[in-house]
Amino acid sequence: MKSFSYVAVSDVEDAVRAIAAEPNAKFLGGGTNLVDLMRENVERPDVLVDITRLPLNGIEELPDSGIRIGALVRNSELAAHPVIRTRYPMLSQAILHGASAQLRNMATVGGNLMQRTRCLYFYDSASPCNKREQGSGCTAIGGFTRGHAILGASEHCIATHPSDMAVALVALDAVVEVRSEHGTRRIPLADFHRLPGSTPHIETELAPDELITAVEVPGVPVAAMSRYRKVRDRASYAFALVSVAAAMEVRDGRVSAVRLALGGVAPKPWRAHEAEEALLGAPATEESFGRAADAALASAVGQGDNDFKIDLARRTLVATLRRLLTEGSAA
Amino acid sequence: MGLTPSTASSVISLHINGEKHQLCVDHRTSLLDVLRENVGLTGTKKGCDQGACGACTVLLDGVRINSCLALAVQYDDREITTIEGVDHPLQEAFVRHDGFQCGYCTPGQICSAIGMLAEHKGGAPSAATEHLSESDGELSDAEIRERMSGNLCRCGAYNGIVAAIGEVAR
Ligand SMILES: Cc1cc2nc3c(=O)[nH]c(=O)nc-3n(C[C@H](O)[C@H](O)[C@H](O)COP(=O)(O)OP(=O)(O)OC[C@H]3O[C@@H](n4cnc5c(N)ncnc54)[C@H](O)[C@@H]3O)c2cc1C
Ligand code: SF4
Ligand code: FES
Ligand code: FES
Repeated sequence: MKSFSYVAVSDVEDAVRAIAAEPNAKFLGGGTNLVDLMRENVERPDVLVDITRLPLNGIEELPDSGIRIGALVRNSELAAHPVIRTRYPMLSQAILHGASAQLRNMATVGGNLMQRTRCLYFYDSASPCNKREQGSGCTAIGGFTRGHAILGASEHCIATHPSDMAVALVALDAVVEVRSEHGTRRIPLADFHRLPGSTPHIETELAPDELITAVEVPGVPVAAMSRYRKVRDRASYAFALVSVAAAMEVRDGRVSAVRLALGGVAPKPWRAHEAEEALLGAPATEESFGRAADAALASAVGQGDNDFKIDLARRTLVATLRRLLTEGSAA
Repeated sequence: MGLTPSTASSVISLHINGEKHQLCVDHRTSLLDVLRENVGLTGTKKGCDQGACGACTVLLDGVRINSCLALAVQYDDREITTIEGVDHPLQEAFVRHDGFQCGYCTPGQICSAIGMLAEHKGGAPSAATEHLSESDGELSDAEIRERMSGNLCRCGAYNGIVAAIGEVAR
């Protein structure tokens, strides 16, 4: 690991000033991704600005029955919050299906959104990787691709975004609030992460001098009827091969509201709009669920080792909707 | 600390098992390495150094964390409990139920279980919780397995570990 200096800040103004003052500075949240990547020399900051003492650790209810989550709220605290458990159970479940209890106690909401891909070649500084070093090539393409994307990839990068939490948040139309010396902006989470295109090294809309201050989730009544389902190589403590965040309301046998998103399959948390459109107003039957899953995966492309994910995602989406129908919400 | 970044190292205080330690740490040093190398408390183990095994679990103000991914400088003035500071019925229960074989993962298992029992008592749910809006379910074996999944045991003493924790929990 490269040597670096360290500064702990206690207010937001100081945080954004500190990051702007030093071109190669990074914010330090729980450190569970950044410290790991610094040890691998993938991240090489000169300065760490420790933001864990910022007063951004509150969870507040909003007048529209939405919720505002401070960027420094720990993952474990968010998952356990009574409002999240009852109004947005798929968000609680998504967080609880990620990492381990110890890691969730350390990890922050901002850090979770900003965590980087688990592509093995990205971690291995001996392998060419366009994300790590612009223009150097992609070792994954033609290599071992079991964990890689089937949607939204490019010929320059096929890595997936690893967050579970973000999959539920994107289904909920969450908005990310960011702050710099120049002021505050609000970015819909759906636009926050970028597709790789020819610039896989640029992963988000966040400028290097911007701090995530909060995530806001609007009131989404259907979210009370939701579940998160994750398929992985072991029962717990593993990244998703495929995951599904699903919320569905059924009235008189027809789907009257629906939210769907997929994880583990794309370079960003993947909102399945086509599947939602296919399902809205349709009879709540196995057949409709299958058609929705087909719509979600219509543009999916396998890389070889990960071809199985296309069918797995399809079946996981159908199974999640079936369970919502028969057993109801996870709340 | 002010806005001027300090250089490569800092002086910090850690309260470890009730004792205050003042230390000069290189910023790169993990809490795990400070405990083992600087303070001489070698009970906390290094398995993977990547957050992937749980051998390094300690309690930070009573909350379980992985000390290998914790930069020590970030924990100035905080309260740390390691296995050397633990005196808990879980320890006897692990012996009674053969909750270990080589023992390498055991300090992490025990610190983790202490943190886990407190989380459960505080009403925290897990991925194994059937109904998230009902908080005070009993700690079933399935709940224990899920809540302890951040601690791997290479010897596979899991059945004994689950039995030991279950006995103390119920
Ligand atoms: C073994 C292991 C297993 C895991 N399994 C899963 C899993 O199954 N599912 C899952 O979703 N995740 C998993 N994770 C990842 C984990 O969720 C992330 O590491 C964690 O959420 C990152 O949060 P942090 O606060 O520790 O971030 P840090 O490591 O502190 O920071 C990560 C990045 O975010 C930036 N950052 C942090 N906060 C802000 C902010 N407020 N504004 C702007 N930038 C910011 C930092 O500069 C850094 O670049 C796993 C991690 C490990 C080590
Ligand atoms: S898939 Fe992306 S992250 Fe992985 S090696 Fe290729 S460019 Fe790098
Ligand atoms: S040594 Fe920390 S989790 Fe393995
Ligand atoms: S007892 Fe040997 S690793 Fe668990």
